[in-house]
Amino acid sequence: MWKQRWTKVLVFVASLGPIFWLCWRAWHQNLTPNPIEYITRYTGDWTIRFIVFTLAVTPLRKVLGLPDLIRFRRMIGLYAFFYGTLHFITYIWLDKFFDLPDMLKDVAKRPFITAGFTAFLLMVPLAVTSTTGWIRRMGGKRWQLLHRLVYLSGIAGVVHYYWLVKSDIRLPAMYGAMVGVLLLYRAVARAMKRKPGLAVQRPVTISPGALRDNP
Amino acid sequence: MLIKKPADILYSEITPKHIYMNRRNFLAGVPAAFLGARELLSPSGQALAGTKLPNVQKSKYTVDEKQNSYQEVSTYNNYYEFGTDKSEPSGYAKNFKTEPWTVSVEGLCNKPSKFTMEEILALAPLEERVYRHRCVEAWSIVVPWVGYSLSALLNKVEPASRATYVAFESFFDRRQMPHAAGLQFPYVEGLRMDEAMHPLALLCTGMFGEALPPQDGAPVRMILPWKYGFKSIKSIVKIRLVGGQPPTSWNLSNAPEYGFYSNVNPRVDHPRWSQASERRLGELRKRATLMFNGYGDQVASLYNGMDLKKNY
Repeated sequence: MWKQRWTKVLVFVASLGPIFWLCWRAWHQNLTPNPIEYITRYTGDWTIRFIVFTLAVTPLRKVLGLPDLIRFRRMIGLYAFFYGTLHFITYIWLDKFFDLPDMLKDVAKRPFITAGFTAFLLMVPLAVTSTTGWIRRMGGKRWQLLHRLVYLSGIAGVVHYYWLVKSDIRLPAMYGAMVGVLLLYRAVARAMKRKPGLAVQRPVTISPGALRDNP
Repeated sequence: MLIKKPADILYSEITPKHIYMNRRNFLAGVPAAFLGARELLSPSGQALAGTKLPNVQKSKYTVDEKQNSYQEVSTYNNYYEFGTDKSEPSGYAKNFKTEPWTVSVEGLCNKPSKFTMEEILALAPLEERVYRHRCVEAWSIVVPWVGYSLSALLNKVEPASRATYVAFESFFDRRQMPHAAGLQFPYVEGLRMDEAMHPLALLCTGMFGEALPPQDGAPVRMILPWKYGFKSIKSIVKIRLVGGQPPTSWNLSNAPEYGFYSNVNPRVDHPRWSQASERRLGELRKRATLMFNGYGDQVASLYNGMDLKKNY
């Protein structure tokens, strides 16, 4: 089932759900008395969620024995970038109205903004090099190394959220735990691979063909 | 055939309709009375919230600015006892029971007393005061509150000269407030005596001419327009006159970020964000935050000679 073309369409459309829901609420003027704050939080929430989804793909493939889930990883990752970009645009446009000096002050002075900005910047090269052409040009190994930046982006995103809340840290703690578990899985898988005898499967090497739909 | 003949008289004609419709209350009331669960019988807090407050006078303590809507003020609330998301209290506080209610005023005074809500509402003429309200999170609103100066209540108990501070405490009941999070409860706040006696310090029982809805701190709260919103404690049950600076909830939670005074001050930033500007709900662009939220003429003298950076 996970090999069929329509599943990709399904994930694509489902991933647009949050933005459609936001537009629906905006159309009905139902964005709370502070719409800018609401849109900022909403797009931020969905960014960190999609980062968690992306990080979950590899562990789920192994744990559930569904190697074909790899077909969705690039798309889910690009959705994380999509929502992150909306979040960023909300900040520079709706919140700051392109007041560059003010924003630079923010990045320098406000650690939570710095962390969020870092998380976003780290996603940019990943989005740019997400195409099959770039995988070929860089070579699977180097490409994979670069794309480990998503780990840092996830951590920076959680720190950004944690530093932002006033006192109720439950949500950032939850996302922190999720990112933590998903990264821990990788560390453990790595350590086990090194120990002969305990060896599990080798990590997938990404080849340009791997992301294409097989007929 | 199964065609039934209509009964000679309808059941609803035998029992008067209002009693007939009340049978559920009766069914709940009998066991409740046996169990001593008297609160099941009394009307819910909703009965009071939203009722028109009588004889509300205009006040000179009013700003001439566009007021926010009732909808905005009642659906965007920081009231952590009813959830930490600002959209939550309007839902989670729906059944908050504010009747009966008493406020105990005690401590260093000659006549410590417990005041019922009826007594509080009748203690001084109710005034409508349109105040600016600035949250520490850098948003603001303009609200027509109803109440009178806290000094009217404090004078009733005749504070002793040793009373230099006033400590406030909110109602807390985990069963009614299962979503409470993020702070230690009950919520506590405090003021210096001269701040508490300042005429702008409003003991508030209503807004928009009506009794306060639960999510806005029913049935009685403080409004301190020159301080950040969290100083304006909600749903007060205890006011204590004391001889030293009392603990305050946000300060206990995070002392470097929330001081005892917490006066609105655009020149002293929150460690994590700027306080120089604010977003008035309903406006797109931010506006400059005013010193003491624009109440400097009235309150600046309270802080003469104080370093407001240190005493944030």
